[in-house]
Amino acid sequence: MTAVIIGAAETDRVGVIPELSTMGLHLQAAANALADAGLTPADIDGVASIGTPGPVTIAHALGIKPLWLDGTYAGGASFLIHVRHAAAAIAAGYCHTVLITHGESGRSRVGPVPLVVEPWSVQGQFEVPYGVAGAATTFTVPALRFMKETGTTHEQLAQVAVVTRQWAQLNPRALRRDPITVDDVLASRMIAYPFHQLECCLVTDGGGALIVTSAERAADLPRRAPRVHLLGSGESSDGPVMSMMADLTRSRGFQLSSRAAFRQAGIGHRDVDHVMIYDAFAHVPLFGLEDMGFVGRGEAAGFVGDGHTAPGGSLPMNTNGGGLSYTHTGMYGMFAILESVRQLRGEAAAQVPDPRISVVLGNGGSFVVAGTLVLGTAEAAGY
Amino acid sequence: MAESQHRIVDVGPGKPEPMITPDTQPYWDAAARGVLSVQRCQRCLTAYFYPRPICPQCGGAEVDWITASGRATLLSYVISHRPAAGFTPPFVIAVVRLEEGPQMMTNIVGIAPDPENLELDMPLIVEFEKRGTACVPVFRPAEPAS
Repeated sequence: MTAVIIGAAETDRVGVIPELSTMGLHLQAAANALADAGLTPADIDGVASIGTPGPVTIAHALGIKPLWLDGTYAGGASFLIHVRHAAAAIAAGYCHTVLITHGESGRSRVGPVPLVVEPWSVQGQFEVPYGVAGAATTFTVPALRFMKETGTTHEQLAQVAVVTRQWAQLNPRALRRDPITVDDVLASRMIAYPFHQLECCLVTDGGGALIVTSAERAADLPRRAPRVHLLGSGESSDGPVMSMMADLTRSRGFQLSSRAAFRQAGIGHRDVDHVMIYDAFAHVPLFGLEDMGFVGRGEAAGFVGDGHTAPGGSLPMNTNGGGLSYTHTGMYGMFAILESVRQLRGEAAAQVPDPRISVVLGNGGSFVVAGTLVLGTAEAAGY
Repeated sequence: MAESQHRIVDVGPGKPEPMITPDTQPYWDAAARGVLSVQRCQRCLTAYFYPRPICPQCGGAEVDWITASGRATLLSYVISHRPAAGFTPPFVIAVVRLEEGPQMMTNIVGIAPDPENLELDMPLIVEFEKRGTACVPVFRPAEPAS
């Protein structure tokens, strides 16, 4: 029995939404996903979300009487892990239809998720004293070692942002759509050497939601859009902080979560038609391509540079324009899943030709925790 | 001054200070004396950092505190242009590998924050910044061996 995504939607707009709070973004996304599925809150008996506001509040606000709740917090990977946990809960009979929500007022900071590092935590004691100021100063630190070990150049790092922008140009909802060159990237403001502003993600407002049920129940429900099946999933973690990665040039979370997901799905890399790799910063997709096994050691930058991930390429990647150019609320993973769903339904803005299998890699924190989903069409799932 | 004791530079308050917990108290107590101390498993002899009561290599619960040499190499870094309390950007946020094996985040001091001065794998030596109550280990390029 596979789990099936029967509802998927974003907030009406993404980008700059000062008129909606964090809570408002969650609820608008939830309402849109319910409408997408043709369901009402009475049809939902499981809720997964992260605090703030958390699944209890989301359930109550929508009048849902939940029989299953999941508040697993894994930063931007949370929602991939929620899909995985929801599939397990549905298979176990704990609930039959799960609503997963994300909303974040990352830019306008209306009713925001608090940005707090507990001063007694591993990060509070052993990173904060060194002047770290958000992901731009932690997530980025492994990059120079990765570049040295793999022979990746500054121009190749910039190229990731250039290719991602090519996808954004095809997506009217993307926040940044002007074409850019490698020179533009390298001339943009320095944020944390070697990272320039155009190699760092956007900071935006937005939300998204998913509705997951069993394939059996889905068969009895109105069919508003092609169903997207969960073929495999995985989750893992590296450590509480970037500086404790076992190897600064590889994410164990990326490796272990993707290995589990591919194994469960019973697929190989050649079966994958489309991929979303969390791109908070330009080096993360390079780690992802290597750690997931799409390319060998040191081949990721050349793979991107040769156009394989660009429009018309053999492995279309981050086709919504990614966190670099589409939107990045802070916990971007929901938007990566939603783009895979749109591609498999055939309704993406930058639609790739007839994808059957799409893989989503989510990251949480600065190489702290990861989740992978292998999604497929009904045909790919054998339905 | 014993060889394992390193320079303490009083930089005054302003930069962030850790909130010390019982698990980490010996580390910060040693730092206050200009000593870099890490834990080592009595069973498998793995040295590790950050301070915690169980060996992450073998699960052993019998662990010692050892005095590290203070010598390290530069694994990776960024030059941060982001504002941070007590810091004047740009400044260097790095991960270094101690001679004993463990890696840790730190600042690289004693050089202008320029990639020309920051070659990966370069040798470093610890010193301590006294910031109000806590002494925080930072690293500077090691003097060439004479």
